[in-house]
Amino acid sequence: MKVLVPIKRVVDYNVKIRVKADNTGVDLANVKMSMNPFDEIGVEEAIRLKEKGVATEIIAVSVGPKEATETIRTALAMGADRGILVTVPHEVEPLAVAKIIAAIAKAEGPQLIITGKQAIDDDCNQTGQMLAQLLGWAQGTFASKVAIDGGKADVTREVDGGLQTVKLSLPAVVSTDLRLNEPRYASLPNIMKAKKKPIDEKTPADYGVDVTPRLKVLKVSEPPKRKGGVKVKTVQELVEKLKNEAGVI
Amino acid sequence: MAVLLVAEHDNKSLKDATGKALSAALALGGPVDVLVAGQGARGVADAAAKLKGVSKVILADDAQYANQLAETMATLIVELAGKYDAVLSPASTSGKNFMPRVAAALDVAQISEIVSVDGPDTFTRPIYAGNALQQVQAPAGAKKVITVRSTAFKAAEATGTASVETVGAAKNPGLSEFVKDELSKSERPELAAARVVVSGGRGMQSGDNFHLLEKVADRLKAAVGASRAAVDAGFVPNDYQVGQTGKVVAPELYIAVGISGAIQHLAGMKDSKVIVAINKDEEAPIFQVADYGLVADLFKAVPELEEELKKQGY
Repeated sequence: MKVLVPIKRVVDYNVKIRVKADNTGVDLANVKMSMNPFDEIGVEEAIRLKEKGVATEIIAVSVGPKEATETIRTALAMGADRGILVTVPHEVEPLAVAKIIAAIAKAEGPQLIITGKQAIDDDCNQTGQMLAQLLGWAQGTFASKVAIDGGKADVTREVDGGLQTVKLSLPAVVSTDLRLNEPRYASLPNIMKAKKKPIDEKTPADYGVDVTPRLKVLKVSEPPKRKGGVKVKTVQELVEKLKNEAGVI
Repeated sequence: MAVLLVAEHDNKSLKDATGKALSAALALGGPVDVLVAGQGARGVADAAAKLKGVSKVILADDAQYANQLAETMATLIVELAGKYDAVLSPASTSGKNFMPRVAAALDVAQISEIVSVDGPDTFTRPIYAGNALQQVQAPAGAKKVITVRSTAFKAAEATGTASVETVGAAKNPGLSEFVKDELSKSERPELAAARVVVSGGRGMQSGDNFHLLEKVADRLKAAVGASRAAVDAGFVPNDYQVGQTGKVVAPELYIAVGISGAIQHLAGMKDSKVIVAINKDEEAPIFQVADYGLVADLFKAVPELEEELKKQGY
């Protein structure tokens, strides 16, 4: 079966971001960009399914700027077979991304779509679920384990109280949580090979999707900063301060 | 503006997050109905009816809602949404699971994890692990689908007297089925709702060593949490994780033990009223947000802390 893996180019998780002085957004000039870590887990899971003989072809899809080609190349170097880049002129909301990917899914016919559970830039946590709804498919979000058996997928999900397992009819959408797997690093020969793998370039118009944002961003600001406090020397001093100064115990 | 709030519960009890999300719903300025979808959840509906400000409770009691699967929940909510201008739910793993389906079905953008209601159509939400705050405005006339970060709102009082109305189940799309739950059992308060949280990180070195924290937690009636590093290392289960992609907590007191303080962890606890850090590395970034820092070997300091609390009658 075909597996579709949507991936997003985001600010690297190690970067401490800065809010622009005019409060219009976050400063992305000269900042290191990487594949969204949850999407990397999605690519890895798809590759493992291919290694097990469950998946036959892995298509990495990105909706983003032209530079997202690099992100797709990373997925191809890890082991995806081909890529589709849908270039957009500005930030696109999860609903529009889901519509584009739904249109690609209708054309490609995958049995499984593996998304990251959230992108670490906008922290929306929406695209996978919206995609499942648009396609009329089942979903297994926040997955820590995926087992495919015939036309079903057993997905173990990380939920507030612990773990929950659901059985999904395929085709389905799975969104990854941190403990699903540990993504591999691409080897040098695979990075070289990835340069020859095909990437189709498309636009939202090819899929008839209007990407105009629905929400208006009025401003982006810095959160109030916490002031560092004091160092205490002993446990006794700590307990005394928590009791008499802070009054929290 | 008529608002539908989807209740967070486990069929037995109504979760605190519902009362907190209710405060956000009421801030939108219209009557608020609460939907309780579950199985054998009459008691939950009665509890929701007591929340101050609720106009009425809608109870959908059916086997297909027993585990609140996203596919069935979304179908029901979309069916009810016609009469409302906004649909809200707490940003729990349950709300995060079904709400985007509702938004997609209604063809609207979802506004995730709001931390304030700035006007009837204007909201603030954290982005980049809480390192920036984004204020967004929803388009006039469109339905709003919103999840609420419950730690950012005060719980509504339980002095209300709303009525409970029952509705039938929606058609089950039959896409998925529940297999099993493996839930952590604990006598301690829930992490998301606890007044005091004691969390451990990689510095704990093993799952067994978390007993040291549990002893302190028991003295303070606290919940026990963990950093991602401790969960990834297998010291404790995933539901202990505090951070950008785990639970967001804002207790009166947060005690971080052996946690270095990666931005992803800070995102989950920096709104705590008082933060204590115990770490042997005095350069650890956690000290930059801690109100009280103790540079010490946790294996000495934590048992000492438990002893001191015991001595003082906790």
